Amino acid sequence: MTDTIVGGTGTGPVVDQHGRPLRGLNQLDAGTGGATPPGTGAHGSPHDGGAPAPDTAAARTTGSRLVDRRPVRALLALLIPLALLGAWQWATTTGQVAPHLLPSPAAVWASAIDLAERGLLGQYVAISTQRVLLGFAAGAGLGLLVGAVVGLSRLADVLVAPTLGAVRAIPSLAWLPLLILWVGIDEESKVTLIAIGAFFPVYTTVAGSLRHVDPHLVELGRAYGLRGPRLFTGVQLPAVLPSVVSGLRLAMAQAWLFLVAAEMIASSMGLGFLLMDSANNGRTDRTLLAIVLLASLGKLTDTVIGLGQKHLLRRWS
Amino acid sequence: MALTTFASPAPAGVRSPQPVRLRDVRRAFATPTGPRAVLAEVDLTLAAGEIVALIGPSGCGKSTLLRQISGLDAPDAGEILIDGTATRGIDHRCAVAFQEPRLLPWRTLSENVSLGLPRGTAKDTGAGRVAELLELVGLGPSADLRPRQVSGGMAQRASLARALARNPGVLLLDEPFGALDALTRLKMQDLLLDVHAAEPTTIVLVTHDVEEALYLADRVVLLGAPEGPGAGSVKKIITVPGARPRDRASAPLAELRVELLEGLGVDTHHAAQHPTTQHPTTNPGDRPVDPATRTTPTTETPR
Repeated sequence: MTDTIVGGTGTGPVVDQHGRPLRGLNQLDAGTGGATPPGTGAHGSPHDGGAPAPDTAAARTTGSRLVDRRPVRALLALLIPLALLGAWQWATTTGQVAPHLLPSPAAVWASAIDLAERGLLGQYVAISTQRVLLGFAAGAGLGLLVGAVVGLSRLADVLVAPTLGAVRAIPSLAWLPLLILWVGIDEESKVTLIAIGAFFPVYTTVAGSLRHVDPHLVELGRAYGLRGPRLFTGVQLPAVLPSVVSGLRLAMAQAWLFLVAAEMIASSMGLGFLLMDSANNGRTDRTLLAIVLLASLGKLTDTVIGLGQKHLLRRWS
Repeated sequence: MALTTFASPAPAGVRSPQPVRLRDVRRAFATPTGPRAVLAEVDLTLAAGEIVALIGPSGCGKSTLLRQISGLDAPDAGEILIDGTATRGIDHRCAVAFQEPRLLPWRTLSENVSLGLPRGTAKDTGAGRVAELLELVGLGPSADLRPRQVSGGMAQRASLARALARNPGVLLLDEPFGALDALTRLKMQDLLLDVHAAEPTTIVLVTHDVEEALYLADRVVLLGAPEGPGAGSVKKIITVPGARPRDRASAPLAELRVELLEGLGVDTHHAAQHPTTQHPTTNPGDRPVDPATRTTPTTETPR
């Protein structure tokens, strides 16, 4: 369903908007005569033309397998998390693992309530989300820009790409001392670090995919008088949009990784701080809480971009 | 602007067919063993509204010649004049359709066709024109489908409609039906003739299908590798007899088919030669022949 090839030129398999084979499109297949399209005169062929009927019963009956149904999918997706929760509960209540190593789910829940009552939980989640979103926006925006320049200009590619490749190899934590020194220990250094993390996935996918836009489509654009910015917005950018969104998805995941790195080293609030602080104080319940929250927030932002991607791919393929 | 003798019944805003003159066009490509001349001394005059087929073996420069006219590639030497004025870069008087439909997969068929509209076309005028062209090529009911949802023949018709949306004086078709199955190809050839009747333009058609060339074209230009010094790319120009639509099985066409295939280096195992092609009427000066006065095929060999 999602493995349709994007960027085809119209001669690919005949599928509907969900990627399922469209049996009703071809009059020969459908076995119906249909109306001869006006303008073709005597040669409205049963073979190559005719009025398509994309939404026939034949098309609708395919793809109704149980696992494709939305509620079933949601239930199946929850199966492993629920099993893990059950195993966790079982291990703690039967005393298999000492509580200081693995507190019970109830204890973690209680620590969440406790932090929430002190007004810290909301604040930590809010500040971490804010840092991620700001850093992601800055890094992804810059990545799109630099990626476009490097992907479209051979000169920029030769000039910039090797250096950026080396910068990319620098581990995230190595940046932090310098960033603290240069832009200060406040929000700036953290947001900058996250921006660096979000920059590279977007830059790499944009530059790479722009270099591989179907040359036939680019030539077509040129033949129809598109040049420069109009060629970019009309042909090249739409052609790479699906891969840009995959780049954004990777960048969002990277942003959360870099957030924890930044907050664990130098901060007084946020989920990374909670992780570090609780580990230092032996509050394993809070450590687990921080991990569960990071997992949930990361999954949430990923899902949001994923929904956008799905919507886009439906239009694009 | 240009003085044309055509009392064209074309709708308002549609450009009249334009003549094309190629003057000593040359093009060579760099290879590891030095430059290789693909086009040499191409001198051709195409009358306004004429259909000319370029035919020749693979790599003889058919498509390269088409790209010179459209401006996608520039000749090393020589000049191309459309309606008397030299082309420079992409020429807005030309429209190209390629062997592949090259439709933008994220746009519907009608949005793809609207890509061809001349710049600055008013929105409602453009929408009307796109709908009109989709009707012309028989895609009216499929306007809102995406390229992935339609067959190869339908996609190629959309590509043709997009080219027509430019209101071209010269329509350049680069093996437009080459990737289609045999039956669809025959239908598309008739569609092209219908389109040419409804919206006349000068058509340059690159093909490797001898029958297609003889069925569609007023003249067939046989291209070949320019071998030896002083040799040109144009090997032969054949004026095809008979008004369109032509009988696909007619005897003179069969003789011309043999002649063209032999010109392409194909052994046809054909015994008897038609007398008219044994003594070809030379048509000096590379002038197009008025189809009305034409009854027998003529063959000319340049130089």
